Amino acid sequence: MRKEFAAKIGQLFESDDKLVFLTGDLGYNALEEIQSKYSDRFINAGVAEQNMVGLASGLAYEGHPSFVYSIAPFAVYRTLEQIRLDVCIHNHAVCIVGNGGGYGYGIMGATHHANEDLACLSPLPNMVCWVPAFSEDVEYCLDQIVTRKGPAYLRLGLGVSYPQPVKIGLINQVIKSTKKPRLTIITQGPVVKNAIKALEGVEDVDLFSMLTLPILDFTPELKNSIESTQNVLVIEEHTERGGLAEHLLMRLTREKLRLNQFEAFNAKGYPSKTYGSQDFHWKESGLDVESIQNYLANN
Amino acid sequence: MKQLELRRKLLKLYFDAKCGHIACSLSCLDLLIALFGQKKEDERVILSKGHAAGALYLMLNHIGEISDNMLTTFYQNGTKLSAHPSANSFTNIPFALGSLGHGFPIASGMAKAKKINRDSDFVYVLMSDGETNEGTTWEAAHFAVANRLDNLIVIIDRNRLQGFGGTDSVLGDTAAAEKWQAIGFNAQEVDGHDLKALEESIQRCKQKNLGSPHVIIANTIKGKGVDYMENKMEWHYLPMNEEQYENAMLSLEKVYYA
Repeated sequence: MRKEFAAKIGQLFESDDKLVFLTGDLGYNALEEIQSKYSDRFINAGVAEQNMVGLASGLAYEGHPSFVYSIAPFAVYRTLEQIRLDVCIHNHAVCIVGNGGGYGYGIMGATHHANEDLACLSPLPNMVCWVPAFSEDVEYCLDQIVTRKGPAYLRLGLGVSYPQPVKIGLINQVIKSTKKPRLTIITQGPVVKNAIKALEGVEDVDLFSMLTLPILDFTPELKNSIESTQNVLVIEEHTERGGLAEHLLMRLTREKLRLNQFEAFNAKGYPSKTYGSQDFHWKESGLDVESIQNYLANN
Repeated sequence: MKQLELRRKLLKLYFDAKCGHIACSLSCLDLLIALFGQKKEDERVILSKGHAAGALYLMLNHIGEISDNMLTTFYQNGTKLSAHPSANSFTNIPFALGSLGHGFPIASGMAKAKKINRDSDFVYVLMSDGETNEGTTWEAAHFAVANRLDNLIVIIDRNRLQGFGGTDSVLGDTAAAEKWQAIGFNAQEVDGHDLKALEESIQRCKQKNLGSPHVIIANTIKGKGVDYMENKMEWHYLPMNEEQYENAMLSLEKVYYA
């Protein structure tokens, strides 16, 4: 998604001369064009992420909405207090951009993974976390972030394109429901592609992709699907605690939707204590195509 | 005499509230008097050592942003005057501060914004010397030098006492002038209770816009003006009882009319 991200940032910078971009010394082979074209508003803040978030808050206070870019764990965990205090409680227009959320950095290892980022950020005041699932989502997310003006987190991953044209919104209905669905699957982030693959040839399952945490929208399509199936499977590249499944359970309870069955597939860390690609970690956590297919066969 | 008048009010504020953070407010009160005397109306002072909020509230009361009535709500339920400055209430408190090491990066961002905006105003940040233990100090310091933020004035309240010991016995003098100079700051050391010297040092910073950010290391006395509090770490924490309050007021008279 870095390519789409850089292209959209370029467009936004062209139309708004107040925007500022800060990077924690990262962006090789992606951000060079923005760096050279907007040198006065592109700041390499060095390998100093906490300071970078403080800087962004000061810039935003002075009228410059800012993007803060790093690898997801460095952008989130190192800077959590700065995000909470300097950005969120003042409701400043600062967007934390975490590249490679979840297991996105694969074999780079645990230092470079972020599977608790949404649990850390989504409870913070005024914060909206954006988790594009497809490359096409990135543009929509950035438009929303700039329009909404408050604190935001954009979790970028390795994107794929939409398998078919769909209406892009806060909840993407990726595959249309059949008349009598038996299961509603709700995913977040690029792991959706495993659900799409697992659902090839399956005609009685609805699939949705949730773009934000907290859940900003609960569309009639999603509500109708759950009312009809009373059977929900969440697939998320995030720990069980504080992610989509927990947010969703609270929402379903408030909406008074009855469920017969609720299951969640989450990131499970490093169960075999070995490391590999994103696909490898998906398989280890049971987020892979086969695990989803097995669930479909038995439920 | 502003130093005496504001100290009297400060002691009353803390006595009425029955709370601590008296000595660290007394150590930086003169720095705030100097800063608010020198800054332009639209310029901002970032009190990064947020535990001295009482001193800041008094300054804002002095310039008319906080009423006498509101000042009496300090520490009470329902107040806007929490023990550390809180967010979104006052023009001259642009950020909630109290977790050390946040103000300097924020002020650097504000100074950088002014450079982008070609705005000639200055940004001031007041830190404690213990606060310079924080790693963000040195992240921000290098950033300020690399970005030629000569519109940024850092003032350090160097009273040589921190949370649980003297600075020498904890991490050493992390606020030492030579450290700032080595990075590329325009560094000055002054007596932090001499208003004239403070004002002159601020003026020197403003006149020397040659690309280097500025640091004024203000040598101060924790508890300045109250004899039994001076250089005593415990008065970072303790509230005064009635007798102590009376003695503190008497001490002020002795020090400032001597």
